[in-house]
Amino acid sequence: MDILTLFVVIPVLTITGILFVKDIKQVRIVAAIGMGIQLILAAVLVFMYLSARKAGVNDEMLFIKDYLWFKSLNIHYAIGVDGISVAMIALTSIVVFAGIFASWEVEFLTKEFFISLILLATGVFGFFISIDLFTMFLFYELAVIPMYLLIGIWGSGPKEYSAMKLTLMLMGGSALILLGLLGIYFNSAPDGGQFTFNILEISKITIPVSAQRLFFPLTFIGFGILGALFPFHTWSPDGHASAPTAVSMLHAGVLMKLGGYGAFRVAIFLMPEAASELNWIFIILTSISVVYGAFGAIVQKDLKYINAYSSVSHCGLVLFAVLMMNQTALNGAVIQMISHGLMTALFFALIGMIYGRTHTRIINEMGGLMKIIPFLSVAYVIAGLASLGLPGLSGFVAEMTIFVGAFQHTDTFHRVVTIVAVSSIVITAVYILRVVAILLLGPVKDEHHAHLTDAKWYEKVSVITLIGSVAGIGLAPFWLSTMIGKSLQPIVNKILAAGLF
Amino acid sequence: MSSSNFLIMRHELLLTAVALIILIAEIFSDPKKKHSIISFTLILFGVITAAGFLPSPEGSMFGGMYNSTAGKLLMKNILNVGVLIILIQSADWLRKDENADKIHEYFILLISTVIGMNFMISSGHFLMFYIGLELATIPIAALAAYDRYKNQSAEAGIKLIMISAFSSGILLYGLSMIYGTTGTLYFNEVADLFQNNNLQVLGFIFFFTGMAFKLSIVPFHLWTADVYEGAPINVTSYLSVISKGAAAFIFIIILFTVFPVITETWQKAIYVTAILTMTIGNLFAIRQQNLKRFLAFSSISQAGYLLLGFIGGNQLGMASVIYYILVYIFSNLGAFGVVLVISNATNKENINDYNGLYQTNPGLSLIMTLALFSLAGIPPVAGFFGKFFLFAAAAEKGFYILVLIAVLNTIISLYYYLLIVKAMFLTRSETPIEKVNSGFYTKLGLGLCVAGIFVIGFASILFEIIRNISYGI
Repeated sequence: MDILTLFVVIPVLTITGILFVKDIKQVRIVAAIGMGIQLILAAVLVFMYLSARKAGVNDEMLFIKDYLWFKSLNIHYAIGVDGISVAMIALTSIVVFAGIFASWEVEFLTKEFFISLILLATGVFGFFISIDLFTMFLFYELAVIPMYLLIGIWGSGPKEYSAMKLTLMLMGGSALILLGLLGIYFNSAPDGGQFTFNILEISKITIPVSAQRLFFPLTFIGFGILGALFPFHTWSPDGHASAPTAVSMLHAGVLMKLGGYGAFRVAIFLMPEAASELNWIFIILTSISVVYGAFGAIVQKDLKYINAYSSVSHCGLVLFAVLMMNQTALNGAVIQMISHGLMTALFFALIGMIYGRTHTRIINEMGGLMKIIPFLSVAYVIAGLASLGLPGLSGFVAEMTIFVGAFQHTDTFHRVVTIVAVSSIVITAVYILRVVAILLLGPVKDEHHAHLTDAKWYEKVSVITLIGSVAGIGLAPFWLSTMIGKSLQPIVNKILAAGLF
Repeated sequence: MSSSNFLIMRHELLLTAVALIILIAEIFSDPKKKHSIISFTLILFGVITAAGFLPSPEGSMFGGMYNSTAGKLLMKNILNVGVLIILIQSADWLRKDENADKIHEYFILLISTVIGMNFMISSGHFLMFYIGLELATIPIAALAAYDRYKNQSAEAGIKLIMISAFSSGILLYGLSMIYGTTGTLYFNEVADLFQNNNLQVLGFIFFFTGMAFKLSIVPFHLWTADVYEGAPINVTSYLSVISKGAAAFIFIIILFTVFPVITETWQKAIYVTAILTMTIGNLFAIRQQNLKRFLAFSSISQAGYLLLGFIGGNQLGMASVIYYILVYIFSNLGAFGVVLVISNATNKENINDYNGLYQTNPGLSLIMTLALFSLAGIPPVAGFFGKFFLFAAAAEKGFYILVLIAVLNTIISLYYYLLIVKAMFLTRSETPIEKVNSGFYTKLGLGLCVAGIFVIGFASILFEIIRNISYGI
């Protein structure tokens, strides 16, 4: 068996293992071991990838495996990775691993919880390794549907409403993607010959521009819904606020990245001509996402809502960068995906831990937590600083690269939207520092909070894993940049070949 | 008739033999051991289902009125498998005391309809087709009225017989126009002589309407919900998968082979009815409380999706229709199977009654969820593949707007399927349905459905086989 398929097989085996064990402790241990192996495997993959590149392998995708599935439709189970997917896989395994430990205290239907959570992860891993659009779409839907049960059963607040809203909106997105994929498929052989779902093969031809005009918006909006594109972002605040901790982590941290990843791997990469024609519409929408999300976060009182709106803003920035369609901005987009994935997972994990102790998420009801639970508070400050883009942490590298890339366009339109988008940095600082001030500093507002205990060992595992990764990217972004940069080359070449910029 | 002719008609002859054997067995059976006939029939039917898969010669009989091809054989086999599952699922229900005196009738009537469907699928002449259609419909009306002391069941029977008489009338009227203008009722001759003049098109429209009644396509769907609600559950599931499947099979054969001349005309008709059927079926399903009515409207919308395979007139379309029926048999029977088990044990059929079902019956809840996800088209279960191919078939011919409407409709359908999932998993109940103990046959029936739901999608070989026997215009 090849290494990439293992990324789907191990979660499935873990689920099977969970099915057969009896009590809660064993369930946790099996889940942790399974996802631990997955994390190690991801590290192995990173090293294998880097050493293959070092050895001078210049293929676009590595570790390609191709199995014919539906012969008459030329559907394959085709997998392969480039630097971007490797980075995303690494991100996913870190967040899932941290998520398992963050949900250590789930007591209600524990077995079902971990099964759904890992099923979701299976879909995400499968999505990132696929290079066949059909397989990719299959995994995409597989990742979305467990959310309904995860939020609906283990969530809080108006969970049934949020779960339904989230599921229907995301499936609506996937409906548009399905249509887009069919459109790409039936235009994938303009000179005759066999239609194909294989991304690499489609990228070699040019889809007729008239078809691109039709299917680029569908595909982009479809993936954009998952990436919280304004005005289709409304599922995100409700969904994230109602979801249990690990699900918020996984969803904001990883699942929303499926949107960004799909938007450039499918929409931009395969249909660059239409993308350059129509991207102004989406650039406007994404800059609204960026600023609106940040403003939204300022006025929220609930910690999870603040973070959910902040995710809208940051994921909007990913799509914004993708639409800039040049090497630097795309590079920034990928780093932003990784950085935001880790940082927001850290945020949601901490919020879950704080909520588990104080039983409230309203910021005004808390205060002075720094003195009571210093470990969690310091971690929260670090997450906040990463979010507002402090140098030395991952957020800075990502945002810097994106804005530099965006500024490479010299026309007025791009300048204006870039300046608008840059303003989000300031607004981000406002809402982050406001929360830190109210929540962590000042006097203790509620006397019941005075005797809270600090993080337990499994919580520390979760938090330290994430902080380590955030700081790692911030201090040494170069290996990540090189890994991504090389892989972006074919995409940039394709855009350049379309003769656009 | 030589022996090879027997082989050509093997399916029909075997089924007739089974029906007769059951009839005779009733005369000789011990009145105290009526139940033994159930296992006997199941084994017998299992054997002939298996026998159906043996290789068989292709050929034509009765001067072309009866044709047998590999494709038609496959369709009959698919129906046989579905009927077998329904028979297995009904075993525990037939053992109830109130059904003790009419077990044989259930089997005989059901099997005669299957004979009718087989003749219908194999027909090469409109009269043969019509006879098959009637044989496939009238016994069903008797079955719908099986619980004859229940008002609703009797009403369902009457409604079904009236509506089939009515639709048959319309269909025959259309056929008479086709006969009047072409002078023949043989499929191949009609296809040659059809010229697209107004009277012929009118004749076709009447024929289309007649078939639309059988397939419960909007606006000819109004009988569906009432009949589905009144009839016993296994009869309902039979109506929704087997009757519908058989009608879809012959409809697509006739459209592709008899009426290719007026493709543009029927494409328009299907375009409009497909949109109406999907949308109205879905919107009405949202409001339903009774699970049988709910599944009735869901099956109406499923028929709408099915029409997407018809519209292109392409090989992929026919393949996807046959494949989808196969998927649909397993998915819908899974859902109906759970409803049947719970209704048998508790007489509860409302969605509210399912609140908190997962607390007490996790197995049944999971099967129901799988079946509903398959109906909604969620991976990795078979429904996803079925829907994908249907949409691909329509997209291949450029019907992108229709596909867009269809995919948006799948979101609506997902909403109401999730309502049941919500009732079972999310809603807590003080008084959930108690733990249901199901017998061997029920478990077997549900197990087959679950296996089918999982296997059919991934086993691409099934789709390739179906695709090889399909054809376009």
